Amino acid sequence: MTTIIWTWVAAFFTLAILSFLYKDNPLYKFAEHVYVGSSAAFTVLYVWVFDAYPKLVIGFKEKAGMQKYMLVIPLLLSLFIILRFIRPLSWLSRWSIAFTVGMAAGLGITGLTQGFLVPQVQASFLPLFVRGETVGQTVLLTMNNVIIVFGTIFTILYFYFSREHKGVLGVSSKVGVTILMLTFGASFGYTIMARISLLIGRIYFLLHNWLRLV
Amino acid sequence: MVNFLKKLAGIDRRIIYLAVFLATAVPILTKAILKIEPLPEVRKAYEYIESLPEGSIVMVSIDYDAASMPELQPMLETFLHHSFRKNLKVIMLGHWALGLPLGQQALEEIAKKYNKKYGEDYVFLGYRPGVAAVIINLGKEFRNVFSGDYAYTPLDSLPLMRKVRNYKEIKLLYGLEAGAVGDSWIQYGYARYNLPIILGTTAVMTPDYYPYMQANQVISVIGGLRGAADYETLVGISGQASIGMLPQSVIHLVIIAFIIIGNVGFLVLRRAKK
Repeated sequence: MTTIIWTWVAAFFTLAILSFLYKDNPLYKFAEHVYVGSSAAFTVLYVWVFDAYPKLVIGFKEKAGMQKYMLVIPLLLSLFIILRFIRPLSWLSRWSIAFTVGMAAGLGITGLTQGFLVPQVQASFLPLFVRGETVGQTVLLTMNNVIIVFGTIFTILYFYFSREHKGVLGVSSKVGVTILMLTFGASFGYTIMARISLLIGRIYFLLHNWLRLV
Repeated sequence: MVNFLKKLAGIDRRIIYLAVFLATAVPILTKAILKIEPLPEVRKAYEYIESLPEGSIVMVSIDYDAASMPELQPMLETFLHHSFRKNLKVIMLGHWALGLPLGQQALEEIAKKYNKKYGEDYVFLGYRPGVAAVIINLGKEFRNVFSGDYAYTPLDSLPLMRKVRNYKEIKLLYGLEAGAVGDSWIQYGYARYNLPIILGTTAVMTPDYYPYMQANQVISVIGGLRGAADYETLVGISGQASIGMLPQSVIHLVIIAFIIIGNVGFLVLRRAKK
């Protein structure tokens, strides 16, 4: 019985959101507000249940010595963020923001260098001739590497702005921008596929779970 | 011809929505399943999981929410069927608070089907905020991040978790990605700790993750509903992703037709104006 009720609730909200395609209406607005409100409440609850309570509350009860007193730091930083709403003390929230920004910047720099830039550059050092098992395979593998190597070089050249894009640099940057356009086209195609997949999911839910037609 | 195209150019967008709806609903109602040949990258992911010895510990990261459910939920369910069928041990956690209940629900339902026992065959750790910090610390010691599971049961009282200290015991991270958390798994999990990774991604995110596959930073990428359907085919499940292949093909043809008609109409009308 409970499942049936929740299926009807989900169907109602799906149709309410889809009704925007006809035109904006109060039903859509209602569904949108419920979604935003419930998502925010859920996230707050989740952070409390899965983070603040086990780490801070249980932590204070169970930990001892220095480990216990260390918990004061995150507690204070959390309280400082809330102080944004009290004007005379709002400056304290900058400490929490500074901590977050500093940590994110530090992690980001090492992560991007170690985990993205260096391995990606390494992966673009490819042989320009690859021998396959058949002639066709040789041609395909070689073409693949040629596209990756020259595609990378030409695309980087497109972003070289210290000289006017004329002559060899002009031709190279044109090839670079063509590769960029092909990439955007592929991404756009994938985006359409994703959106359609979501629509299929919702219509399947309505036809299968709600109306039981399939 | 020009008049017809002028009328077409001014067509109510809702008619196009209706056409898209019909192109989706009618193929679903036929219940037909399109036969597909799995993509090489999905086959590679499947073969890697197949190659894992019985009892290996795999970890699933739920990094999506309900908005990406049609694409990623079938990938999760197929992976859980595949893992439990092979008697792999599953640890689940996640970085998207709103998506974790979807993961937990699927984990409990599918584990029940295979008579798997909580704590011995699978564990649900839950959520901790701070993606990069969480990933890095898990690589050092799981207990730095999770002192207990989602119900505050201490990790060391769960037989499965007693065997796990850090990523050395994890044979695979299966990340379901609707955003950029996958980048963090690769940039911290793989780059620092050599964590083997397979990513299941929404179609929007798939092009962003292919470079990692080309650089061998991930074992493979399962992309979008098509990837999910391929995986279902390989595991031998006829799930929602496989059902979605026919409507997706029909609707793509409809969209291609709209693009061609729109462009031809635009060119003809521009010429007529001149």
